Amino acid sequence: METVILISQVIMGLTLLLTFVRVVRGPSLPDRVMALELFSTTVVGLVGVYAIQSGVASFLDAAIVIALMGFLAAIGFARFLERGGPRDD
Amino acid sequence: MIDFIKGALLITGALFMLLAAVGLLRLPDLLTRMHATTKAAALGVILIMLASAMHFAEVGVVARSFAIIVFILMTAPVAAHVIGRAGYFVGSRLWSGTVKDELRPNYDPLTHELKSGLETQENAKRYPRDSDPD
Repeated sequence: METVILISQVIMGLTLLLTFVRVVRGPSLPDRVMALELFSTTVVGLVGVYAIQSGVASFLDAAIVIALMGFLAAIGFARFLERGGPRDD
Repeated sequence: MIDFIKGALLITGALFMLLAAVGLLRLPDLLTRMHATTKAAALGVILIMLASAMHFAEVGVVARSFAIIVFILMTAPVAAHVIGRAGYFVGSRLWSGTVKDELRPNYDPLTHELKSGLETQENAKRYPRDSDPD
């Protein structure tokens, strides 16, 4: 079980790395917002795996909060884009 | 047995997340990237939360895991829709191999006005009905 948890953590770390490449390279701001959304989703998964690894179920509450923050950040960025603030891609 | 199911769920969930990241990196424009990330990442989180629910096997933890699953299932499409809409209006370019863009002839980017495609002179007329108040 420990090995499986380690493997899934490594895979998700790789996911974070690939997503970060898109955050850096992404040609426009919506692409970066999309990558940040995937970031928060991946971190929710990592926290779930860590809850299994440590045996502390309270980490799932933190996962709920992280998912909520990611959703609100996406909505806020989208509103900012549509209203049209100063943009510098 | 339950360890085997848990491990399979964890690995599959992590692999779906990796798939989402690969799609985000490889696909050509905003909408196709969104198509890759939202569905695959949501499925990955769902599988991992199922694994944690099976690991703890208490009522409170299972309820929290299912709360996360329902939350992800409800918010991921909304966030993707909002970002895609904002990206289209901001003017992010579509892939050169895009076959169909039905919004383009009906949307005026200067006035931010959307037509239904049915605005003809005939449709603009108003005919009085019997149920109208006098």
